[in-house]
Amino acid sequence: MKYTKEHEWLRVEGDLVVVGITEHAATQLGDVVFVELPETETQVAEGDEVCVIESVKAASDILAPIDGEVVAVNQKLVDNPGLVNEDPTGAAWFFKLKVDDLSVLDQFMDEDEYQELIG
Amino acid sequence: MADLEEPGLEHLGLEPLHEELGGKMVPFAGYRMPVQYPEGVLKEHLHTRAAAGLFDVSHMGQVILRPKGSMEELKLAFEALMPVDVLGLGEGRQRYGLFTNDGGGILDDLMFTNRGDHLYVVVNAACKAADIAHMTAGMPGVSVEPVTDRALLALQGPGAEAALEAVVPGVAAMRFMDHRMFGDIWVSRSGYTGEDGFEVSVPEAQADGFARRLLAQPGVAAIGLGARDSLRLEAGLCLYGHDIDTSTSPVEANLVWAIQKARKAGGAREGGFPGAARILKELAEGPERLRVGLRPEGRAPMREGVELFAEDGTPVGKVTSGGFGPSVNAPIATGYVARAHASIGTTLLGEVRSKRLPVTVAEMPFQPTTYKR
Repeated sequence: MKYTKEHEWLRVEGDLVVVGITEHAATQLGDVVFVELPETETQVAEGDEVCVIESVKAASDILAPIDGEVVAVNQKLVDNPGLVNEDPTGAAWFFKLKVDDLSVLDQFMDEDEYQELIG
Repeated sequence: MADLEEPGLEHLGLEPLHEELGGKMVPFAGYRMPVQYPEGVLKEHLHTRAAAGLFDVSHMGQVILRPKGSMEELKLAFEALMPVDVLGLGEGRQRYGLFTNDGGGILDDLMFTNRGDHLYVVVNAACKAADIAHMTAGMPGVSVEPVTDRALLALQGPGAEAALEAVVPGVAAMRFMDHRMFGDIWVSRSGYTGEDGFEVSVPEAQADGFARRLLAQPGVAAIGLGARDSLRLEAGLCLYGHDIDTSTSPVEANLVWAIQKARKAGGAREGGFPGAARILKELAEGPERLRVGLRPEGRAPMREGVELFAEDGTPVGKVTSGGFGPSVNAPIATGYVARAHASIGTTLLGEVRSKRLPVTVAEMPFQPTTYKR
């Protein structure tokens, strides 16, 4: 698992990259009550706002960590936004990206580096 | 996150208890206050409606108003600041009030209690200093005495009566908006969640022990200001500085129920409060805009600042408070809408992230209240 400074996790699954938010991010957000997902078959560029998460406190975005094509989204989150708090690094993945070259993930933090970031 | 050690931030007496309970302390109106505990806003909200929630609201301003002359002179002086019947409030009873300005806007909303030979007032934390100055300047025949050595706790929810009765025997006999003094403990049967419950003023030295005794009662949990906000929104109650301010009149704010007959046209003491010209005119003719309840049709919350449009695209108003209502299990909001678009059932559009989404003008409260009348 790799981690971004924006508190997203990235997991390789075959030739796809699965994206979600970390437990730290989910805790900071508080109870999630609304999730808006991107359309599949959408090309996204690094830094694009691709998902919206609304908690009881505020709205925030999930940014595309890398360039790629959205090939799957987790519809369960729309029906049950609370899943983001219950299982942020498992069942509550947000979307899957098809990328040209998986080595693009090398730039991101590993578990130890991320733990250091969040202190 | 905001810097918790920002200069000038005041610390209140129950802070060690909040920290022990895992409260997340944030700056609020100049005080360090618990916004939530480890359970989180959603569960704290639901707990309050199912059992009993204990809120620390010690940041709010407690003030005693003592007459230099007669009690009647004090009541009439206080009436000169508000479109509210003070003279008609019986001893041991509490009432909601509003300080208005000359333009008919709202300077603050408050609770006041007739305690026989004086009045006891609770005002908002952010307005406390201005309110005290306003009362002092506006009522020369009255001694305005800030109470600075007391904590204020709210115990709210269906379990509140049994829990407080166990600690302060006698409170169960009180009705909604009754006020009684049990020695040093001042109890009002009121609150700001839409639930039955109490607000309890306790001398600072006893506050920690008192709060711990309440928390030891079955069903009582500490609840933060985050849940207090979603609870009051579900109850359709206004948050000063958001839903009401110096530009909104009580009539626009849908607070006509707070203006008793005696102060309206044809009443025994008609007018005679700041902004009476505008407020009486709006009472007679209706206001140009009205604060209404709003229910977004989708699941996306419409928060403070969301612009509202008629279906033909005409701008008609703005959301002043909005979020997710845990008990109604849906997004809810309140805001001001031009009167022509303010009828219950009207479909409007709220602009969220550049998309205009349908929202319906709805009845308030969103959640039925359970006051013990």
